[in-house]
Amino acid sequence: MAKESKITDLLAADLTVINVGLEGFAIDLHAQNVDVVHVDWSPPAGGNVKLAALLSKLGS
Amino acid sequence: MLAADPVLVDVIPASVAIPDLGDRMILHAGPPIDWPRMCGPMRGAIAGIAVFEGWADDLETAEQMAADGAFTFAPNHHYDAVGPMTGMTTISQPLMVVENRAFGNRAYCAINEGLGKVMRFGGNDAEVLARLGWLRDVLGPAMGTALRDMGGIELKPLIARGLSMGDEMHQRNVACSGLVLRALAPVMAKTSRDTAALAEALGFIGANDQFHLNIAMAMGKAIMDPVRNIEGSTVVTAMSRNGTDFGIRVSGTGDQWFIAPVEMPQGLYFAGFTEQDANPDMGDSTIVETIGLGGFAMGASPAVAGFVGAGSAADAALFTRTMGEIAVGENPEWTIPALDYLGVPTGIDIRLVVETGIAPTINTGIAHREPGIGQVGAGVVKAPMACFEQALVGIAKELGIE
Amino acid sequence: MTGVVINRVRGGFYMDSVALMRFSRTIVSLDGVEDAALMMGTPANKEIMENAGLLASDGVTAEAGDLLIGVRTTDQAAGDAALVEIDRLLDQPSRSAGEGESWSPRTIRAAVQAYPSSNFALISVPGDFAAAEARKALRRGLHVMIFSDNVAIEDEVSLKQEARERGLLMMGPDCGTAIINGTPIAFANNVRRGGVGIVGASGTGIQEVSCLISRRGGGISQAIGVGGRDLKQEVGGISTLMALDALDVDPATDHIVVISKPPAAEVATTVIARAEACTKPVTICFIGGDARPSSGNVTYANTLKSAAEAARGGRAFGFFSFVESALPSGRHRVRGLYSGGTLAAEAQIVFLQSDLSVASNVPVPGALSLSDAEDAHVFLDLGDDDYTRGRPHPMIDPAVRFEPLAEALHDPAVGIILVDVVIGHGAHPDPAGQLVDMISATAGDNRPVIIASVTGTDEDPQSHAAQVSILRNAGVIVAPSNADAALAALNVLGESSG
Repeated sequence: MAKESKITDLLAADLTVINVGLEGFAIDLHAQNVDVVHVDWSPPAGGNVKLAALLSKLGS
Repeated sequence: MLAADPVLVDVIPASVAIPDLGDRMILHAGPPIDWPRMCGPMRGAIAGIAVFEGWADDLETAEQMAADGAFTFAPNHHYDAVGPMTGMTTISQPLMVVENRAFGNRAYCAINEGLGKVMRFGGNDAEVLARLGWLRDVLGPAMGTALRDMGGIELKPLIARGLSMGDEMHQRNVACSGLVLRALAPVMAKTSRDTAALAEALGFIGANDQFHLNIAMAMGKAIMDPVRNIEGSTVVTAMSRNGTDFGIRVSGTGDQWFIAPVEMPQGLYFAGFTEQDANPDMGDSTIVETIGLGGFAMGASPAVAGFVGAGSAADAALFTRTMGEIAVGENPEWTIPALDYLGVPTGIDIRLVVETGIAPTINTGIAHREPGIGQVGAGVVKAPMACFEQALVGIAKELGIE
Repeated sequence: MTGVVINRVRGGFYMDSVALMRFSRTIVSLDGVEDAALMMGTPANKEIMENAGLLASDGVTAEAGDLLIGVRTTDQAAGDAALVEIDRLLDQPSRSAGEGESWSPRTIRAAVQAYPSSNFALISVPGDFAAAEARKALRRGLHVMIFSDNVAIEDEVSLKQEARERGLLMMGPDCGTAIINGTPIAFANNVRRGGVGIVGASGTGIQEVSCLISRRGGGISQAIGVGGRDLKQEVGGISTLMALDALDVDPATDHIVVISKPPAAEVATTVIARAEACTKPVTICFIGGDARPSSGNVTYANTLKSAAEAARGGRAFGFFSFVESALPSGRHRVRGLYSGGTLAAEAQIVFLQSDLSVASNVPVPGALSLSDAEDAHVFLDLGDDDYTRGRPHPMIDPAVRFEPLAEALHDPAVGIILVDVVIGHGAHPDPAGQLVDMISATAGDNRPVIIASVTGTDEDPQSHAAQVSILRNAGVIVAPSNADAALAALNVLGESSG
């Protein structure tokens, strides 16, 4: 079944990780030769809660 | 946007191109603005064009008339036009015509005057007006004849070639200007009856590295105009400044301008000039970034990175990648060889701008704050975030979202 | 409180919370600085800073997406100097800057565009933002692990429902440990590859079980973390059930272990039913749960050690024999200081099984809360929210164990101190060494007996063997598992009472 297969695929796959947050995790994965890209993240809309709420309603 | 097919087809007088443009109407760059708030170069240009059109006998009279409300000011953008820096457009100006054959719409821009003391930097003395007269009477008609004869110049492939030759089409147009001259020269020669005039015309074009800028701008407008008024669309259709305000328009909110004070460019100054001499950001030329060129295509133009003080050649690529974060997609026809043929980031989405806090990066020339002196440097300037935040609220209201 | 309090707010500024805490410590060590904190401006954090005397009027308006800086100094000059240093630290070019600075994507969207083969997102941004980021990842077809805690439970439920609809794995929120196809992620150990597949609502629980199995000659196929709240009523075990489905058909797995605190009754029933429908043997470890007889393919274990034994075919791991220590005279209380909540729970269970009185800040069924502690033996989970407000988790920074340890060493009633030492990825480079330093810095004569276990393997960067050695050389009794450490404490207690 298609759905089961996505998780099954993951459990047999080489990970390609997108790391959002603590950079230490990306560094550690990289040291293990895992493909990882660290996202240079900052709060959406510069932390402005009202704009961020609008954004989520506008389907960003 | 990607379906556009812009072609430089003609040069015609503004009064023919824009029937609604009448006596004592002066179109300017940027969003709407009135006389009291205009910067020095803008006022200088207005005075100059008023004299040029014969609406005032001299510059002082012209300024007084302007202050008294004798002229009607309006943005170029409201009349299918664009103009660099002060962007003066009046009835007798020769306007280049770019037709978007995929949608049938046209956009207009005056011919680039060259560097130094020119009206786009607020120049308004006899030399400036004489040149405008020459453009109106000699170069404009000559170009128009040639363009009609050859069936126009397709611009998309020209841009593609220019990108591979190191142009980004805002601060660096030398390759594209050369390509235009190559296309025009034989036809102008064929259609010319006056060798001396031909020599002058070709020499003028050939001496102006930025000749193609105005063509790129008209092309930008021609590409973006059909993208207007798509319900719910958050794509930016215009970005523009008048030396005081920065304005953007967004597809889903139609002709509404979202305005905030312009920012100061960060850049490098020519010898003898400093930040104190700089005029705030000005011109319709940001239409170039709106279609994914200029600062967005900086990765194609490492030389520009140094010129605008953006950093090393390697940093140029970073700008393009960063702009990719706020664009809807890539343009597969306009690619950057040095970035593995990455297409230029295309379609600025206000949602992405607000979400990421990344404002569009613009490669711009810096004018002297005093009218008529000319360009004093070049730099990178950001579109003000406030414009995009306001636009986000605006489109939400349009869609009935709180 | 005396002193000058200065606040600064950096709008929309994000920096790694671990890095921020390191900076805070650096600032506190400057001349004239009494205290300092750099935190995101969430209401909870502002309250923490207010309680610490670090919030001024400038800082009150900070929002969740802003960085709030608070410094309390002896005078204005020291405060200004501190702010200069803070700016310097915050504005340092990031690790990736350099010649021909390489580009880092700023959003998940750009990351996926640039790396279309991505299949996994690991999210550890502040809790207020984690759900939105996780949703973006799911919508781009990525499996997700959320390390962040303080995510609203409603968000957890909707994320897991959406993940289920999309057929993607949602591990967490509050998931610190996973091993996917042999790759340890976040706080996890280098364990041998083998046939045991673990589904865990507890990070240190997964770590202890996987390490015990690995050290005893077995191996791990997968370790899927589901987040601490997965088996609560509201969440209904969505991720646990999906993990069971996946492990049931995973060719690399021949035995499944489920680890959790006792779930809500309905959820327990559903999970047990799914386990019974598995084609493979399943060991269910609801830590501290009621003893249950095996049925069919399902066995029950209520400690981590017995779960590991069950996964190894039910063979007991044997007794831990050690050179017994005498209790110092007059001291007969046990104090447990744990960085792993599940390890604290397991220790409580071992004591309760011997009918001893036990209290904790995270009491298991049958244990007392701290306010009712009286003469009970006390087990503290130092990683619990009460202790980690505004401070690093002890697994990230063992130094936060210092104060409770010093207190225990000098408490005239405490005769035995129990500690866990967790190594592996994400952990401190030398937790045993740090612990030994802390002990020798504060212990006097007649100090309590100290009993520890090391959760880890020899293949971990810190090396299990090396860490054990360091502890033993300092006179610490080291047991082969967390449960064994608790049993050893019981032995010592028993010894002394005759």
